[in-house]
Amino acid sequence: MANDLFNSFMSGPDENGRFGLFGGRFVSETLMPLILDLEAEYEKAKTDPTFWAEMDYLWKHYVGRPSPLYFAERLTEHFGGAKIYMKRDELNHTGAHKINNVLGQIILARRMGKTRIIAETGAGQHGVATATVCAKFGLKCVVYMGAHDVQRQSPNVFRMRLLGAEVIPVTSGRGTLKDAMNDALRDWVTNVHDTFYCIGTVAGPHPYPAMVRDFQSIIGKEAKEQMAEAEGRLPDTLVAAIGGGSNAMGLFYPFLDDPSVNIIGVEAGGRGVDDRMEHCASLTGGRPGVLHGNRTYLLQDDVGQILEGYSISAGLDYPGIGPEHAWLHDTGRAQYVSITDAEALEAFQLCTSMEGIIPALEPSHALAHVAKIAPDLPKDHLICMNLCGRGDKDIFTVAKHLGFDMSDTEGREAK
Amino acid sequence: MTRIEAKFTALKAANRKAFVAYMMAGDPDLATSAELMKGLPDAGVDVIELGVPFTDPMADGPTIQAAGQRSLAAGTVLQDVLDMVATFRKTDNETPIVLMGYYNPIYSRGVDTFLADAKAAGVDGLIVVDLPPEEDEELCIPAQKAGLNFIRLATPTTDDKRLPRVLQNTSGFVYYVSITGITGAAEAQADGVGPEVARIKAKTDLPVVVGFGIRTPEAAQSLAGVSDGAVVGSAIVSKLASGAPIPDVLDFVATLAAGTHRG
Repeated sequence: MANDLFNSFMSGPDENGRFGLFGGRFVSETLMPLILDLEAEYEKAKTDPTFWAEMDYLWKHYVGRPSPLYFAERLTEHFGGAKIYMKRDELNHTGAHKINNVLGQIILARRMGKTRIIAETGAGQHGVATATVCAKFGLKCVVYMGAHDVQRQSPNVFRMRLLGAEVIPVTSGRGTLKDAMNDALRDWVTNVHDTFYCIGTVAGPHPYPAMVRDFQSIIGKEAKEQMAEAEGRLPDTLVAAIGGGSNAMGLFYPFLDDPSVNIIGVEAGGRGVDDRMEHCASLTGGRPGVLHGNRTYLLQDDVGQILEGYSISAGLDYPGIGPEHAWLHDTGRAQYVSITDAEALEAFQLCTSMEGIIPALEPSHALAHVAKIAPDLPKDHLICMNLCGRGDKDIFTVAKHLGFDMSDTEGREAK
Repeated sequence: MTRIEAKFTALKAANRKAFVAYMMAGDPDLATSAELMKGLPDAGVDVIELGVPFTDPMADGPTIQAAGQRSLAAGTVLQDVLDMVATFRKTDNETPIVLMGYYNPIYSRGVDTFLADAKAAGVDGLIVVDLPPEEDEELCIPAQKAGLNFIRLATPTTDDKRLPRVLQNTSGFVYYVSITGITGAAEAQADGVGPEVARIKAKTDLPVVVGFGIRTPEAAQSLAGVSDGAVVGSAIVSKLASGAPIPDVLDFVATLAAGTHRG
C-alpha cells in the first residue's frame, strides 16, 4: 500500500470513521446524534482559519509552543551509536503533551455552545490539562478518575481541585482508567444537552481518534521542521510511548508518508508480556475487539471480557489502544514493541542523571527502547523520541520502587 | 414469524400491553437465575429480556453493572447464557427471549457462529447497546438474515431527521429509552414520553415499548398507557440482589406485570 501512488497513510479515517478494520462508532443511540454533530462541527472548524488562529495563539502564548527539539549529547555519547534528539513536550504548560489536544476540544466545545466539560483521567495529566483550560475559559469541569488512581496520583488530584474541577473517584468496576471512561460515558449520556466529553487520547468513537490526532500533530509538524533546521533532513527513526497513543500519533502522523522514516511505538510491558497479563501491551498481547466506541486491539480473555492492564505508569494503564495505531500495526507501517517497568525505571534514572531532565514514566518507556536500539545504529542515524511529559508526578512512585523513603527528612533509604 | 412477532400480534388482538422483564443471566449464579427465568411467564411476563454480562456495561447504571459483575464472578460465559435459553425452551416454546448486552463478547465468539448458536438455542431477538445504525453491517443485518429480530433503541436524542435511519433495520419491536441516561436512573414520566412514542409510531408499524427508569407497577401502568408496553429491569434485579427468595421476586414481577396490563 505504501508504494501505491494513489494511496496515502495519511488519508484515514474513511467516512465511517474506519482505519481499515479499526475505529468506527460503537456507541449507544443516545450519543449518536451528538457524535454526528461533533463531527460536523469539527469538519467546519478544520477549514476555518479563525479556529486555527485561536489555536496558534494559545499554543504559543499559553502552552509555550513550539517545544524545543533537543540534541541529547551525553546520552548519544553514552549509547555510542545513533544521534538522539528529544522533542521536549514535557516543557508545555501543565507538563505534558495533553494540553495540545485539550485546547482544541475546548475551543470546539465553546463553538458548540457547551458549558460543561467532562473528562476521564488515569495518571491525572489529561485531567489537569482539562481543568486548566476550563479554568482559563470559566467552564464547569468534572473529571472522572479511578479510585485507585486517585490514591496513587494525589498531587494531581489536588491540582485539579485547585483549578476548580470536581474530581469524582470511580469505584464502579475495578476503579481504574477504563472504569473512569465508562463513568464519563454514563455522565455524557445523562447530560448530553449541555456537556462536552473531552477525551484524552486517540481512542473512542469517530471523530475522536482523528480529531485528537490532528490536534496532537503539532508535535510531529514542529519536529519535522526543527529536524530539517538542525540536520537538514528527515529523522531516520521516531520513537514514542503508547498508552492510548496520542503523543505517539501526534509525532508519527506528519511522517507517515515519508517511507524512509522508521516508526516505533513503545507499549508498557509491565512485569512482562506473557500469560500473566500483567502489562498494557494491547498490540503485542491483545486481539481485536470493541470497547469505548471503537474497534481496536484490546486486552481481553478468550470469551471477550475486558482485562485490566497493569503498568508502573498510570498513564499507560489502559487495556486498549487508538484504532489508527491498530491499523498502522496491521499494515506494517509502524512497528510496536514493549518495555518492562524495570527497563523504564532504568531509563528514567539515566535521563535524569545524564541530561538533567526528569522524564515522566511514560516517555521513560520510549527512552528505554532508544537505549536498546541506539548503540547498534550508525553515528549518522537520527532518532527523534517524544519526551511527552515531565516526571514530577512520578517521583513518589519511583521513590517507592527504588526503596527511597520520602518521609525521612534526612533522605535515608528505606529499610 | 418469530416468537416476538407472534406475541405482539396476539397481544394486539387481545388489546393488551406487553410486559417485558429484564434479568441478568447468571446473577447471582446460573441455577438461581434459571429458576427465576422459568417462573417469569406465569408471573405475567410477555417477553423476557435476558442480560448477557459484560465487564464494561457503559449504558447501564450501578444496579445492572453489579449484577453483571456477580454473574462474571460466578464464571458465566456467553455459552452458559445460550445453554440457559435452550433449557428454558424445553418447557416453554412460546415466550420470546431477547438477549441484551454489548458487542464484544459476540464479536469475540464470531458473529456467524454466535447467530447460528443463538438461533438453535431458541433466542428470538437481540438488543446490542453499542451497535447504532451506523454499524448495521456488523450484526444487525446478519442477525435478520439468520432469522433473529434486531431490536433498536430509540432515545430522546433521536430526532425526526435520524428516526427513519433508526427504524430502517429494526424488527420485532422498538425499544424507546424514556430518559437520556443509564438504566435504573431517573424516573420516566408518561406526559413526556407519550408524544415521543406517538412520534415514533407515526413512522413505523412496529410496536413501541418503553424502558429505562420504570420501577413500580404504577409507573409501568402509566408508561404502558401511552405505548405498547413497558420494560422493567433494575427494579427486578435489585429485588433479587436484596436477598429476596425467588417466589418473592416473582410476586413482585407479577405486580409489575399486572400494572402494565392495566395500562
